[in-house]
Amino acid sequence: MMFRWLFTSPSERRLLGARPLQGPTPWVIAIMTFSIMIVAAAGLALAETAGVVAAGAEARYSVQIPDGERNLDAAVRAVGSAPGVAKVEPVPEREMRRILERWLGPAGASADLPIPALISFEARPGLDLAALERRVQAVAPGARLIAHGDTLAPLLRSLRALQWLAFGLVVLLASACAAAVVLAARGALDTHRFTIDVMHGIGATDLQVTHLFQRKIAIDALIGSLAGAVAAALVLLALAAGAAFAGDLMGGATLGGLDLAVLLLIPLALTALATWVARAAVLAALRTAL
Amino acid sequence: MKLLYLAQRPTRGRIALFGEELTDAARDSLPPFRRRIGVVFQDFRLIRHLSAFDNVALPLRIAGASEEEVEGPVREMLAWVGLADRASARPPTLSGGEQQRVAIARAVINRPELLVADEPTGNVDSDMAQRLLHLFTSLNRLGTTVVVATHDIGLISATPGAQMIRLENGTMLDPTGTLKNPPPSAYPRGEPE
Repeated sequence: MMFRWLFTSPSERRLLGARPLQGPTPWVIAIMTFSIMIVAAAGLALAETAGVVAAGAEARYSVQIPDGERNLDAAVRAVGSAPGVAKVEPVPEREMRRILERWLGPAGASADLPIPALISFEARPGLDLAALERRVQAVAPGARLIAHGDTLAPLLRSLRALQWLAFGLVVLLASACAAAVVLAARGALDTHRFTIDVMHGIGATDLQVTHLFQRKIAIDALIGSLAGAVAAALVLLALAAGAAFAGDLMGGATLGGLDLAVLLLIPLALTALATWVARAAVLAALRTAL
Repeated sequence: MKLLYLAQRPTRGRIALFGEELTDAARDSLPPFRRRIGVVFQDFRLIRHLSAFDNVALPLRIAGASEEEVEGPVREMLAWVGLADRASARPPTLSGGEQQRVAIARAVINRPELLVADEPTGNVDSDMAQRLLHLFTSLNRLGTTVVVATHDIGLISATPGAQMIRLENGTMLDPTGTLKNPPPSAYPRGEPE
């Protein structure tokens, strides 16, 4: 049976003579799990944010009229009557000042700060942007057509790069965790070298010996990873208020159900990784003996 | 001795056990052969953190015996070597003689086909030494080949039917003159010259 090694008898457990949670392995795995979950949560939040930003920018355009609301009505009519324009909406000045206030503070609401008039619209496929810009400039000289996608492209690129960075960090941390498990497994083998020699001498197979270590490291890894996951969850919850504020700035991006499922799988995945690595390390080390 | 109980590979020569050529056998194929060999080490090689019971039970458990199958034979064997009341004692709390008896019990618990004993009577009194030799003789009658390395030539000489080979500095000394009771197949025409 594939997982028979998990259910060893008390006599088999006595062979190693060590209780679970002895040694640094659970602590190392707890710290790694904590770090991986925080980095992964940041990466997933960035992915969600990038998705929200990209969806919000797709097919959305603005017309910026530098001389304020003087030609606003004519420009709204020009945009609204153009073929391929789905929804036209002038952005009220107070709304613009409210948005600016989030970034600039009270200065954003000051009447001394000149702000241009803004028309927001959604485009249907096939819209001739050059023709529309000429049409608007005819009624509002100096008006400029802004594609939200173009404006936000550098931000989206940065968000994608940060996502890959987070993914790379997760892989690096998982690799470091695996390396720590290899060292722990080798240390355990050295500690129990005599017992292993006696078992081999009596006719134990490598798998019988390996199962003892595999089970111990699996339990250490599970306890360590769950402890790390709980600590990470508490930190993430504590950051939730701040995350909500940031999410609000970015358009309301939050972690979705799939993201939470991925985060919940991390401690289990790390436990499985540690167990597999321990098994491979022990088997490899035993093969060097007769 | 290590070559005999498959703890080392020969750098030259060959090893055949139980009718199988094992000199170059794959290491994965060795455990089943080791389970057919009982070994009494000179330094006992008992696992310190296991009780006497668990040490003696180890070969049976490794061979896959259930706890029900282990309990009776191990208790019986411990009683036979006079350690029934020390079953739960750990090796560091046992005397040298007691440890040796646990080691012997562990070596014979699964009725090995080959028993290799290195100075098995070195730490026991003469009564126990006689009992152990009687045990080895009994096992031999049941089909176990017993190989004993000892400095106590008198004790082995008193064992009827035993073949004796004298080794000195790692080599067999005067191979034609040191064999006692040579097997008939080795000298089909009679006694060696």
